[in-house]
Amino acid sequence: MTVTLDPPVITEHGHGDDHKESYGLLKWFTSTDHKVIGKSYTITSVVLFLLAGIMALLIRAQLSHPGNTFLSQQQFNEMFTMHGSLMLYLFAGPFAFGGLANIIVPLQIGAPDMAFPRLNALSYWLYLGGSITMLSGFFVAGGAADFGWVAYAPLSSAVNSPGAGPDLWILSLVLTGFSAIFTGVNLVTTIFCLRAPGMTMFRMPVFTWNMLVTGILILIAFPVLFSAMVMLYADRHLGTHVYTVAGGGSPVLWQNLFWFFGHPEVYILALPYFGIVTEILPVFSKKPIFGYKGMVFATISIAALSTSVWAHHMFTTGTVLLPFFSGMSYLIAVPTGIKFFNWIGTMWRGQIKFDTPMLFCMGFLITFLMGGITGIILASPPLDFALHDTYFVVAHFHQVLFGSAVFAGFAGLYYWYPKITGRMMHEKWGHIQFWLTFIGVSLTFIPQYILGLNGMPRRIADYAANTGWGTLNAISSIGAAVLGLSMLVMVYNFLISWLKPIPAGDNPWDAHTLEWATTSPPPHHNYVSIPPIRSERPTWDLNHPEFPKVEKTDKELVNV
Amino acid sequence: MAFVKSLPKKALGLGVLALIFSSCKLPTFGQSSGATSQAQHENHLFQAFVVAGIIVGVLVFILLIWPVIFHRRKSDEIPRQFFEHIPLELVYTIIPFIIVIGLFIATVLTENKVDAVTPNPDARVTVLAYQWGWRFEYPSGPTVYSHDVVLGQHDTYPTMVLPLGETTQITLKSLDVVHGFYVRDFNFSRYAQPGVTNVFDLTTTRAGYFIGQCTQFCGLNHDLMLFRVHVVPPSQFQQWIQTKGASL
Repeated sequence: MTVTLDPPVITEHGHGDDHKESYGLLKWFTSTDHKVIGKSYTITSVVLFLLAGIMALLIRAQLSHPGNTFLSQQQFNEMFTMHGSLMLYLFAGPFAFGGLANIIVPLQIGAPDMAFPRLNALSYWLYLGGSITMLSGFFVAGGAADFGWVAYAPLSSAVNSPGAGPDLWILSLVLTGFSAIFTGVNLVTTIFCLRAPGMTMFRMPVFTWNMLVTGILILIAFPVLFSAMVMLYADRHLGTHVYTVAGGGSPVLWQNLFWFFGHPEVYILALPYFGIVTEILPVFSKKPIFGYKGMVFATISIAALSTSVWAHHMFTTGTVLLPFFSGMSYLIAVPTGIKFFNWIGTMWRGQIKFDTPMLFCMGFLITFLMGGITGIILASPPLDFALHDTYFVVAHFHQVLFGSAVFAGFAGLYYWYPKITGRMMHEKWGHIQFWLTFIGVSLTFIPQYILGLNGMPRRIADYAANTGWGTLNAISSIGAAVLGLSMLVMVYNFLISWLKPIPAGDNPWDAHTLEWATTSPPPHHNYVSIPPIRSERPTWDLNHPEFPKVEKTDKELVNV
Repeated sequence: MAFVKSLPKKALGLGVLALIFSSCKLPTFGQSSGATSQAQHENHLFQAFVVAGIIVGVLVFILLIWPVIFHRRKSDEIPRQFFEHIPLELVYTIIPFIIVIGLFIATVLTENKVDAVTPNPDARVTVLAYQWGWRFEYPSGPTVYSHDVVLGQHDTYPTMVLPLGETTQITLKSLDVVHGFYVRDFNFSRYAQPGVTNVFDLTTTRAGYFIGQCTQFCGLNHDLMLFRVHVVPPSQFQQWIQTKGASL
């Protein structure tokens, strides 16, 4: 599996000169270059993230005080459904495996492109089409889907949720589901088959490792979602009774199928971001990853366990074997703990510099720590009985997902922006954005734990004044406003960084992995020449010959 | 690194102590102390988990903040490049494993108490959930149900009456979509689902009124699907059953 690609041929004229690549708008429409498609994915998913964020602000506005009539119940139900759907299906996943992974994975393993460039383009267009399909629900009679992002049967049936909005929602997930499956196939094939000479599996950057495992998880999870959606559509329009009791079907089947997708999905949304953090911490600590192999085995264990914990979302159904799913869920804490301690070990006795990517990683670590510990509480069935479907759960998964997709995701964006564009992001605005985001997220979600303990159910459009939930909800809404402001700062930072460019150079962070050995932005097909790959940090070895870690074996493979 | 090694052991010791003493004078950590015996068992487990969580969380937080404060970049000197430490890595693999086994055992013990169903309950109620209300049916007694929901009105709800100090067996069903039967002071919820009948026991320990609410999103008026539990002395409960709900 080691050598699968001939070394690139170095010629006098540019490697891309003969490709007659299109320019301008035509390039964005027709390109099969992984960097262009990756940028399309990133921009689209960030726009959808901002839209879903606006929906979150509307939700928080409605809940800011009891008896509010800012949104009607119908509007509120559509808002939280679309907020969740956009964030989970259209932002957090595609941003990671369609956006950053698409751009970075081929660069990190020294490949000229993804294994199937046209399939890659098809993935993007299916994703864009699916996203527009979902959003178009707002413009049809009856409004967008309003049954929550989990669409529990039989609430999602044609009787309980009639109209075109739910159908568009189902169709959107069929389209984006295919997009994800194609990307999964592409990532796995690329990583297995297109690694540069010397890039053995255990020299791959941890981000690439995590994307490989994510790709495999996508192939396990998304076909199940797709099947569940097709059966739901058939129930709605073709007269089948898969999920209806009256026709001999089972509504609980939906929950089982959905969460069999849904729990691996949670790790599809987390592992890429763990990978980003594992790239950034060593660079800004000037040290190697502590426990590289432990990190890889932890990733694989998390993925393996994630396929057998789905029913911990169903503890209160009374239809699942509680100790099994509880025990399996606890076990995930062990590899996650290994990752945490390895991250600490990476920073330990380093020379840590707090540039924006590193700051965002700290935000991830602290927020994810809280979300992880409350997750252990929820993995206990008796405790889940008391907390299920309350705001405690809302606070838990927002800290986990916000920690991953937003803190670690934007850490990755700030970290790789110089590589992608050849320009630096502005540090000052990056710091301001970090502190606003960190204050905002803590202010928004920590009070929600207390609200949950005080008995506030999730997904309620309004509550009575005598519940005493008003003050904490008001604090939470103020936090959401701060978060909204922090996102404006981010957009401003992207704009001024683009309009007033600061040249980045090839390796502004003194980073370790292969992608920093090529130019910023990389040339067509990524590399003119590839440095020797003799450890998991080839660029560091090149720049710091006095501190190499050269493995004795495989030396003869490196001949570029 | 000796400092790092010794800390998880101390945490484990503290965690075990926390589990042993969890039923003593600990705060309820925001939860209800419980108006049923099942709820009290749940709260004790919650206290143990929160204490263990705080210990582990604070410990990891200190380990996290330590390099942030003390290992900031002071010069361009390249620090010692160490890649791994297998014994240390094994330590922080095995210790969390032992901790989760402890948590798992505590969970299963409590779960068996909370989920236990007696063959001879003192009273029985069939609870039916529907869009958007509740129906409480007492065999040889009254049937109480929600009035029509009124938009914005969160104070018209049906009352489920339970006898104090006795075990009531609830049979929970749904007439349409999935609902969540939840009473905050019972530290308990259970789905009401079409096609599934759930049975559980509530052994009340405190008299008074307790608010319940649907927790599983069930459509348009989900936020208005409230009910109330009224726990009364057994004699009063019997009188209420015999008068078909007229005496309260």
